[in-house]
Amino acid sequence: MANIIAVLEQRDGALRKVSYETVTAARLLADTMGATVDALVLGAGPVSGVDQVAIYGADRVLTADHQSFGLYQPDGYAATVASAAEGCSAIIFGATATGKDLAPRVAAKLGVGYAAEITGCTVDGDHLVATRPVYGGKALQKIRLTGSPAVLSVRPNTVPLAESPKEGAVESVAVPDFETRVTVTEVKAPAGAALDVAEATIVVAGGRGLKESENFKLIEELAAAFGDAAVGSSRAVVDAGWQDHSTQVGQTGKTVSPNLYVAVGISGAIQHLAGMRTAKTIVAINKDADAPIFKVADYGIVGDLFEVLPRLTEEVRKAKAEG
Amino acid sequence: MKIAVCLKRVPDTTAKIVVGGDGKSIDEAGVKFVPNPYDEYAIEEALALKEKAGEGETVVYSLGGESSQETIRTALAMGIDRGVLLQSEGSPDGLVVAKAFAEAMADEGFDVILFGKLAVDDYNHQVGPMTAELLGLPCVTTVAHLSVEDGAVTAEREIEGGVEVSTCRLPAVLTCDKGLNEPRLPKLKGIMAAKKKPLDVKPVELAAGSIEVLGLELPPARSEGKIVGEGADAVPELINLLRNEAKVL
Ligand SMILES: Cc1cc2nc3c(=O)[nH]c(=O)nc-3n(C[C@H](O)[C@H](O)[C@H](O)COP(=O)(O)OP(=O)(O)OC[C@H]3O[C@@H](n4cnc5c(N)ncnc54)[C@H](O)[C@@H]3O)c2cc1C
Ligand SMILES: Nc1ncnc2c1ncn2[C@@H]1O[C@H](COP(=O)(O)O)[C@@H](O)[C@H]1O
Repeated sequence: MANIIAVLEQRDGALRKVSYETVTAARLLADTMGATVDALVLGAGPVSGVDQVAIYGADRVLTADHQSFGLYQPDGYAATVASAAEGCSAIIFGATATGKDLAPRVAAKLGVGYAAEITGCTVDGDHLVATRPVYGGKALQKIRLTGSPAVLSVRPNTVPLAESPKEGAVESVAVPDFETRVTVTEVKAPAGAALDVAEATIVVAGGRGLKESENFKLIEELAAAFGDAAVGSSRAVVDAGWQDHSTQVGQTGKTVSPNLYVAVGISGAIQHLAGMRTAKTIVAINKDADAPIFKVADYGIVGDLFEVLPRLTEEVRKAKAEG
Repeated sequence: MKIAVCLKRVPDTTAKIVVGGDGKSIDEAGVKFVPNPYDEYAIEEALALKEKAGEGETVVYSLGGESSQETIRTALAMGIDRGVLLQSEGSPDGLVVAKAFAEAMADEGFDVILFGKLAVDDYNHQVGPMTAELLGLPCVTTVAHLSVEDGAVTAEREIEGGVEVSTCRLPAVLTCDKGLNEPRLPKLKGIMAAKKKPLDVKPVELAAGSIEVLGLELPPARSEGKIVGEGADAVPELINLLRNEAKVL
């Protein structure tokens, strides 16, 4: 029977949320193809959360344990995924920093093409047909993956989690011999490491309209009111040194697809839109009624952000409290 | 130190995208083409590494049609020593491009091979690590901070909520992210000099691919948004819409 491998992702011994999306994506394809899903997790010692992946449709959970696998190790991970993938019909990664690094290495080892950051996928006869944004989201490309296995990564937040409980029997798989060419030595976390913009389901982003660095606290307060929101920013404020580049959304920053994107004091330059136009709902707050951001916004408020934001934060808090 | 840089010719990111007659690629009429922005970081890094080493050679590679010669000349104007065009037709998948680069570079003895983290046309972010894999070289992707001392590489890249630090030895493949450096602009003198620098055109036969492009479409236009209102008074209605229409609250 055909088999799909969903490559999970852990950090500090805990599964990352994107892993459940990867399993959900694999399950949806497996159901159409009549295939099974193996969830593969690489780590050093037990990984918390793996008992949850059966809920999203993993028939088996494969664990590859190696003392060096606590941190992502590109060579060892690629060798292990390629070896575990023997005979499978597809390998699915989450299109995270790790997934985007690992997937092309695995594809090259297996001698097959790789479809990066797909946002949709269907089964067409013996092949997968994937949709992916290109040209900064200004166009969508439809591609057929004719290699075997098909290798693809799925953009975070594009697959709504869906339960489809399966057995999820845990089995360990061998880590093959590999040559360590690159060693990941550490992950430096910025102070108070916040939710990443690329993975958050709600993003509150601020631009030059905030006037000065200190005012970004208005953005942080609104994000806090939503609860599970990340702070994003335009390049203008990153270049000005108000915010770290890790929060920048756009062509030279991150591409995000949250359920809600709130753009505050951001004009909506084409390079910014490249990073957020696939958000499901976009809200724009800008004092200039002609700002291009209103062309992509579902809901706009024309007004002074210094008046609108505090009120919005207050109302969101209230709405959240009501539940 | 011998350094290679891969540079792709891509549409300017502000270009309006129109689907071409084949329904699979863009209509190039009136589109301005530029060096891939991430590859400019790679060019700058190549120049800086050579300057630091005090000796060596920098070579720019591009794979594509005749028109990529112009893109290569931009790199030469920035200071790269010579160019190689792997001349070919069509839009091959990432692995096919990587195979062509790996073959062209295998016996050149490069200490460092630099790529952009992704090309802003196909958004594939794969040719660098694939080439490294085919050449059996260490590879760090999306590098935003780099130090090279006596053949020891320390590279940092941004990951979700942190910075990942890696080490490896030369020879190595690196893909460059924004933040690595500030690419220099070509100076008039460089532009003049570039005209005389060697540009080797090598026709290449591409391998068969395994990603078949079926079509290219413009994304569904976002449904006409609405202005909820003006100023803070519009907030309650926005909350109502977020809750009951968009269902995100
Ligand atoms: C190669 C390249 C790559 C780029 N990559 C990126 C990228 O990745 N991400 C990115 O964001 N940009 C990118 N840019 C830059 C982009 O072109 C814009 O310059 C940038 O997005 C502008 O940021 P902004 O909207 O914050 O500032 P501005 O364009 O200055 O807009 C500020 C907005 O705030 C509004 N405003 C001012 N005061 C108030 C107030 N009191 N209340 C409400 N609204 C107010 C104004 O009406 C205006 O619309 C790139 C540019 C280039 C050339
Ligand atoms: N046709 C090409 N010519 C030159 N360099 C390329 C080409 N395609 C990809 N590259 C290089 O590979 C990087 C990643 O491209 P991609 O994997 O297509 O997103 C680019 O930034 C370039 O450095």
